[in-house]
Amino acid sequence: MNEVLRTSFQWKTRPTPWTAWLAVFVLSVFAVTARAADKPLIGWPEKPELTFGFIKLTDMAPLAIAYEKGYFEDEGLYVSLEAQANWKVLLDGVIDGRLDGAHMLAGQPLAATIGFGTRAHIITAFSMDLNGNGITVANSVWREMKKNIEHRDGKPVHPISASALKPVVQAYRERGERFKMGMVFPVSTHNYELRYWLAAGGIHPGYYAPHKGDTSGQLQAEALLSVTPPPQMPATLEAGTIHGYCVGEPWNQQAVFKGVGVPVITDYEIWKNNPEKVFGVSKAWADQYPNTHARVVKALIRAAKWLDENNNANRAEAVKILAESQYVGADEEVIANSMTGTFEYEKGDKRPIPDFNVFFRHHATYPYYSDAIWYLTQMRRWGQIAEHKPDQWYLKTARDVYRPDVYAKAAKALIQEGKMQASDFPDFADEDGFKPPQSEFIDGVTYDGREPNAYLQRFEIGLKGDARL
Amino acid sequence: MISISQQTWLQPWIKLARGERPAQQLRSLSRTLVVPLAGIAAFLLLWAVAAGQINTSLGAFPGPQDVWQQGGALLDEHAAERREETAFYERQRERNEQRQAQDPSYQPRLFPYTGSSTYIDQILTSLVTVTAGFVLASLLAIPLGIVIGLSNTLYRAFNPVIQLLKPVSPLAWLPLVTMVVSAVYVSQDPAVPKAFITSMITVMLCCLWPTVINTAVGVASVDGDLTNVSRVLRLGWLTHVRTIVLPSAIPMMFAGLRTSLGIAWMVLIAAEMLAQSPGLGKFVWDQFQNGSSDSLSRIMVAVITIGVIGFLLDRLMLTLQGLVSWDKSADLR
Repeated sequence: MNEVLRTSFQWKTRPTPWTAWLAVFVLSVFAVTARAADKPLIGWPEKPELTFGFIKLTDMAPLAIAYEKGYFEDEGLYVSLEAQANWKVLLDGVIDGRLDGAHMLAGQPLAATIGFGTRAHIITAFSMDLNGNGITVANSVWREMKKNIEHRDGKPVHPISASALKPVVQAYRERGERFKMGMVFPVSTHNYELRYWLAAGGIHPGYYAPHKGDTSGQLQAEALLSVTPPPQMPATLEAGTIHGYCVGEPWNQQAVFKGVGVPVITDYEIWKNNPEKVFGVSKAWADQYPNTHARVVKALIRAAKWLDENNNANRAEAVKILAESQYVGADEEVIANSMTGTFEYEKGDKRPIPDFNVFFRHHATYPYYSDAIWYLTQMRRWGQIAEHKPDQWYLKTARDVYRPDVYAKAAKALIQEGKMQASDFPDFADEDGFKPPQSEFIDGVTYDGREPNAYLQRFEIGLKGDARL
Repeated sequence: MISISQQTWLQPWIKLARGERPAQQLRSLSRTLVVPLAGIAAFLLLWAVAAGQINTSLGAFPGPQDVWQQGGALLDEHAAERREETAFYERQRERNEQRQAQDPSYQPRLFPYTGSSTYIDQILTSLVTVTAGFVLASLLAIPLGIVIGLSNTLYRAFNPVIQLLKPVSPLAWLPLVTMVVSAVYVSQDPAVPKAFITSMITVMLCCLWPTVINTAVGVASVDGDLTNVSRVLRLGWLTHVRTIVLPSAIPMMFAGLRTSLGIAWMVLIAAEMLAQSPGLGKFVWDQFQNGSSDSLSRIMVAVITIGVIGFLLDRLMLTLQGLVSWDKSADLR
């Protein structure tokens, strides 16, 4: 029965009239038989004892909630959650089997599968959240930057463009100093968001040239970006090693709390409702333990729903759980700042951003191909993908890595068990995995996942077409 | 027993209890008890005063009171985790029964508790790891030390290598050990976790050398008369080692073991911190990463625990050393 489901799902990505009809037929037959037999859609887990890795960031919340609320146990899974030192250690753990799965940066499964960095086929069937990152600069940078920002009622007008930072970076360059910023990993959302923001404000963030052995990402750079593990960001900023950073929560709010820096923009303002972390497992693992994988996704979907339920009513309880030292471990008030729908920029300048952390609304958990392709376009833009690739390649790679079929299997089981409604999910019968073209970016450039190469042409800074370093 | 094990601090109490010259015992007590306690009190006072002066981005540096409080909190967390563990097994049993009702062919299994390690668990893990690394190191170091101590040629051959490896920091060994362990120790369902093996081998590599050197020196400095006796009696090699060499080398050997254990304990904390393998080192690192307002106090709790355990391990070795030493008059410190 699962086979039937999967095939019908793959057909619908390029619907022709007869396949669509067949899909409807198959699905209705399936619906009837399912009700008649009332047999569970997913068999018992093949591997009940699991270890998942995570990085201390608030967006690991679905894992913590699925554990604490017993959703994993409801699926017959006995899960241990282990904090990892950094993203590289975490990815290696999933590749070498020490971890069964992990909270990953959306770019990690894609980069690993195409072989930028460690090569390994990693897949994802669950997108963990939307938004949730911010860019923070050191107090000294903020003082200079503030002069270039329009103020209204004594407060800076948001969103702040990187063009306000440009004169500061220029002053550094004229003094012969390097303007350095931290991000969390070469293929992290943070790297791409920081680059997007800088480039939109006319600051060149530098290129990668893996074919020449250059993986520093600082070729032609005006602002030099380098890797710092998330929890160490505030300390590194305080030490003066970097002048700003892009990271997930609570590490921007921690900078405000400690008084070492000022967040200038959230990623919600760079690209509204951008996809953030995913839950990644190795392809070999998923093939070996299909029931276990689907059950894990079930538990995570329930956790995500719990986090957003009744207009974020459960967030206060979630904050308490995340503040425990084995999870994020930062102070409750720091985590609460962003988790409960507000964000504090300059000390005292607290503004509402209800969608700063989205775990379930807007179909946040569904693994859209268009999200995968956006990350691939950014890898191409900054040279991590060294040469031109046809649009078809982008789609194929997204399909190799993003697995909405597993998601659909888990979702349908939840609907059958009565734990969720069909209205909680995209309409699986005609969802093709592409969000409609989006234009809510800070620079107003429209993104359509079906035309990655045309999208790249629209940027002033960045590789496009046949360009090669 | 008391005199051999060097536990001099107990003597006045015993004598006092027996009623032997109370005045002298009290004086002795004040020397062995009151003075050290005053030292500790002065240290606590200094700490409390200095802590308030140091402001970090996580708030003021914790004083003795904050640390005491967090120590209590850690114990409470341990108790709560144990209660949660009981509930976990209870739920699991219920679930297994339900599943057996649905699926009679199912063979129920009890999976171990999946919750996080508490502070107490971390201490125990560290103790087990340090013991394993130290025992492994001793098993290698003592025979090696005896062999190279007996032969001048071998001693000259090995000495440069030993001297070269001795000062290498655990942090330099660790990446190599991690990679080698990952490559060599491959198993689908490992009996002992990789992290444990890595820490154990790192500890072993760093604490091997004092024992090797001391054993070799001890063996080499056996009294010439004794060696001559052995020659006259035409003792076999093994008998010679067992009856002549070992007894005279033991005091030196144990002095080496004691240094080794001290190094092992220090190295372990660093290795756990860097390798993220469970134990006190990881606890410290996790707290540092958390950056909460309790973090510094909790790290101080760990610092004190590490110190106390290190001290106890050293006393243990000292006691053993006193027990096996034939020169009871030697003043061991």
